[in-house]
Amino acid sequence: MELVLFRHNRPGRMTSFDEYRADGGFNALTRALGELSPNDVQQAVIDSGLRGRGGAGFPTGRKWSFVPRDLPGPRYLICNSDEMEPGTYKDRVLLEHNPWLLIEGMTLACYALGVNHAFIFIRRGYEQAAVNLRQGIAEARRAGLLGENILKSGFSLELDVHQSAGRYICGEETALINALEGIRANPRAKPPFPAIKGLWGQPTVVNNVETLSNVPAIIANGPAWWQGLAATPEAAGTKLFCISGHVANPECFELPLGTTLGEIIDGPCGGMRPGSRFKACIPGGASTPFFTHEHWDVAMDFDPVAKAGSRLGTGGIIVFDQSTCMVAVTLNLIRFFARESCGWCTPCREGLPFVRHILEKIENGSGEAGDIDILREHVHKLNYAFCALAPGAMGPLEGLLRLFEDEVREHIAKGACPFTTPNLCQN
Amino acid sequence: MIPESLRQELQRRVAGAVTPREAAVDVMKELQRHYGWLSDEAAEEAAGLLGLSPLQVEELATFYEMIYRRPVGRNVIHACDSISCWAMGGETLLRHLEQQLGIEAGGTTRDGAFTLLPCPCLGNCGNGPTIMIGDRLFGPVSPEQAGILIHELQRHGAD
Ligand SMILES: Cc1cc2nc3c(=O)[nH]c(=O)nc-3n(C[C@H](O)[C@H](O)[C@H](O)COP(=O)(O)O)c2cc1C
Repeated sequence: MELVLFRHNRPGRMTSFDEYRADGGFNALTRALGELSPNDVQQAVIDSGLRGRGGAGFPTGRKWSFVPRDLPGPRYLICNSDEMEPGTYKDRVLLEHNPWLLIEGMTLACYALGVNHAFIFIRRGYEQAAVNLRQGIAEARRAGLLGENILKSGFSLELDVHQSAGRYICGEETALINALEGIRANPRAKPPFPAIKGLWGQPTVVNNVETLSNVPAIIANGPAWWQGLAATPEAAGTKLFCISGHVANPECFELPLGTTLGEIIDGPCGGMRPGSRFKACIPGGASTPFFTHEHWDVAMDFDPVAKAGSRLGTGGIIVFDQSTCMVAVTLNLIRFFARESCGWCTPCREGLPFVRHILEKIENGSGEAGDIDILREHVHKLNYAFCALAPGAMGPLEGLLRLFEDEVREHIAKGACPFTTPNLCQN
Repeated sequence: MIPESLRQELQRRVAGAVTPREAAVDVMKELQRHYGWLSDEAAEEAAGLLGLSPLQVEELATFYEMIYRRPVGRNVIHACDSISCWAMGGETLLRHLEQQLGIEAGGTTRDGAFTLLPCPCLGNCGNGPTIMIGDRLFGPVSPEQAGILIHELQRHGAD
């Protein structure tokens, strides 16, 4: 199968500038600056069907088209490399091997958007990725592919790396904009959307690392070619699936978008690890409702996964075997979200710790029959939060109550967790 | 007081930013590297460099998980407690680290060598359970390997 994002990878190290160039790297940029108008680049991205890889799946070219080109002052592009959604590590793997696709992809995006100053917002902990990016930016600049008057086209771009200091909420695009400005990273009200009023009040596009890293291949090979890489006619392109948990090979794989869950687990993941049987998984990062064996044949693409009651999210698949208590899983997730709440709005700040409390009660054997209704009510009410953090947190809880209600009831009836060895060290 | 060379470096960083406070996280991190943690004195230095009030710096410093507003050990061990590492035995590893260091999660050893902090996902989920020491990610870490790592750091600290 044809790879786009991992195509240039060398085992265990970053691909060098010369290797990337020899593989055809920066040809898309050279071609775009020589032959294509900014609008041509945007149109190619629209035609490709590329949807955002950061979690929400918004069509990328359409997002770019919302940016007004006639307002006074600068426009900005921000690459979201915060990647703190548990179970998600694809952007790190990509950047540790290849920062060039992102640098070239951002340069193409900035050309399309008329942006001359862009930022890469990268989380704490991704130190090697940040080193690669800084080195890559310096080398690209020396080669005349960044900075003033790129390839004598008249187009200029400054690319800055901003290293953050930890907090999941910084990945939410409006909180990220505050963080970048040096303001406490609470989310901002939408509208106005960043495309109209974002960084320093100027039109701003926020895109994920993987999203932007796909742009060079779309420009180099054409939108139809790129779209055709997917496993189904409805899907477009490839996707980085990063797998963790109880499979034999928990790694990050580039696969056709629309590959089924079963094909991913039985194929590159090598099935379950010895002694484990598949019980459930989180299909797209910590904020997505569970899948069980009944979802084995669901095509892992935005719409099919949504139709099956979950979200493709980030493509972070977390797999659990028969020994796993799903109440304990959900409790772990809710603990994460409650701790990472920025505290700005009441439903999130107060609601998540309360949900945590109820789940702790159930897991510890002191749950009551009425608790299930209380949890259901919160799944509904936390949708009134200010940003998508708390509704996201309710994803796995909703899945728990829909798919594993019997298991929850068993905890309550027994007055104890029915799993004798929950979360034991299994390796 | 910070060395003049560091002050000049930070002044350059602030001058190169679009607005001074854009450099706030960088400045706090560098001062933290110098002091070991973001002490009151460091927060005031940051405020001076950024043209903010100490309260405005405080508002930022207390927000970020990796800015330490209390003293920490020379080695901070961040142990991931999120879902993928949990599924691979993260809780067992954390208990083991507590035992090995003789402290509870959140604490610092009496000799000031180690602080142990549970933390959210480190983005190393395929290699759980994961810990981060300084700028380095380690995983999968068995309790035995954690013991070896700590011994190495203790030896390193001694000489
Ligand atoms: C709490 C929260 C955390 C988020 N974290 C990230 C993240 O780490 N990386 C990311 O790309 N998007 C993240 N998002 C989604 C962004 O808000 C935004 O939709 C995305 O960066 C847009 O990029 P895309 O269109 O390329 O997907 C997060 C959203 C929420 C609500």
